[in-house]
Amino acid sequence: MEVFFKLNGQPVKVDVKPNEVLLDVLRLKLGIKSVKRGCERAECGTCTVLLDGKPTYSCMILAPYVNGREVATIEYLKENGELKPLVEAFADVGAVQCGFCTPGFLLTVYAFLKKNPSPTREEIKKAIEGNLCRCTGYKKIIEAIELASKKMKSG
Amino acid sequence: MFYRIPEINYIYVSKLDEALEVLHTLDNARVLAGGTDLVMDLKIGRIRPETIVDISRVDELKYIKDEGDYLRIGALTTLQDIVESSLVRAKAPVLVKAVNEMASWQVRNVATIGGNLCNASPAADSAPPLMVLEARLILASREGEREVPITQFFKGPRKTELRKDELLKEIIIPYERGSGQHYIKLGRRDAFTLSIVSVAALVKVSNGKFSDVRIALNSVAPTPVRAYDAENALKGREVNLENIENVSKLVLNSISPQ
Repeated sequence: MEVFFKLNGQPVKVDVKPNEVLLDVLRLKLGIKSVKRGCERAECGTCTVLLDGKPTYSCMILAPYVNGREVATIEYLKENGELKPLVEAFADVGAVQCGFCTPGFLLTVYAFLKKNPSPTREEIKKAIEGNLCRCTGYKKIIEAIELASKKMKSG
Repeated sequence: MFYRIPEINYIYVSKLDEALEVLHTLDNARVLAGGTDLVMDLKIGRIRPETIVDISRVDELKYIKDEGDYLRIGALTTLQDIVESSLVRAKAPVLVKAVNEMASWQVRNVATIGGNLCNASPAADSAPPLMVLEARLILASREGEREVPITQFFKGPRKTELRKDELLKEIIIPYERGSGQHYIKLGRRDAFTLSIVSVAALVKVSNGKFSDVRIALNSVAPTPVRAYDAENALKGREVNLENIENVSKLVLNSISPQ
């Protein structure tokens, strides 16, 4: 079946099977490799995308579900410049080690800071509970989010 | 790919009437609301429907309405919308507390309250708060609607009162004025975890005594349960820690296997 949706601001039309998940459509059919295949069972957060602006696991979304909706990945944030303060904050603090979880984190954090520009540490922890990182132990990631929040307010 | 979902048909509906008509005619169909439980069940082969009926576009079932003495929540309201609702926070705080601890933000953004109830996991975290609030469920079919107390909705693990041609339409939550409400979840870790046991409690106190006590738990029986023996034993008693500790042992009467 054909599915029409907006991917990173551009309309796309893809031929999908109803038993395909969005993660596979993005990676295998549309070449979006920033969306990572992790646990495939809604636990790790590496496949996070923004669906109509809200972070969601693409491994749990059947392809036809996105018909008529908007999907965004970090490519979109990169193009419109919104990624810069986030990436800088993650780099400055050293919140990236292997980097596999990073695209998912950046999308979650982007949506979170848009909603809550001046979060408390507890609010930050709550927001990222659905993204796992096996390298950093989260401390640096939390610090990076605090720094990003400051950068975005001053920037 | 770790998981392969078998071939399925996929139908969109955008109106409640249309959904009920489709459910009436199809035999081996499953409803997709947010899909977060359903897609996992498809992946692990727990269910093998021929057809998925996607009701996520039925916007008429997405609402939180204040009717004074009660709230009405449309079955397709997302968990995150409930967490962020000042109305639910004010009138049914125990529900917000429970839903806020469900899964993760990514899941709560698409998962629906109706989906959590209809999936009828013994560990469904929205059930204990709704059971102490004595919520009522409106089930709709082509033939009409009926109202079922949530305490009679769950029939077993993943079994409910719903007929295959019925859809959960609305959750009615009485506003329990002057009640204290609380919820505690025990999982293997603090965040994003399955309940080992969760407890919701609602009490009313007058003249230093419990005038109403309601306790509900999940993950300790084939369905979420009310602990009626403990509730009855506490009613009329003085509010103190000793009474609560003594009575709490009666909760065992409501769990199974013990």
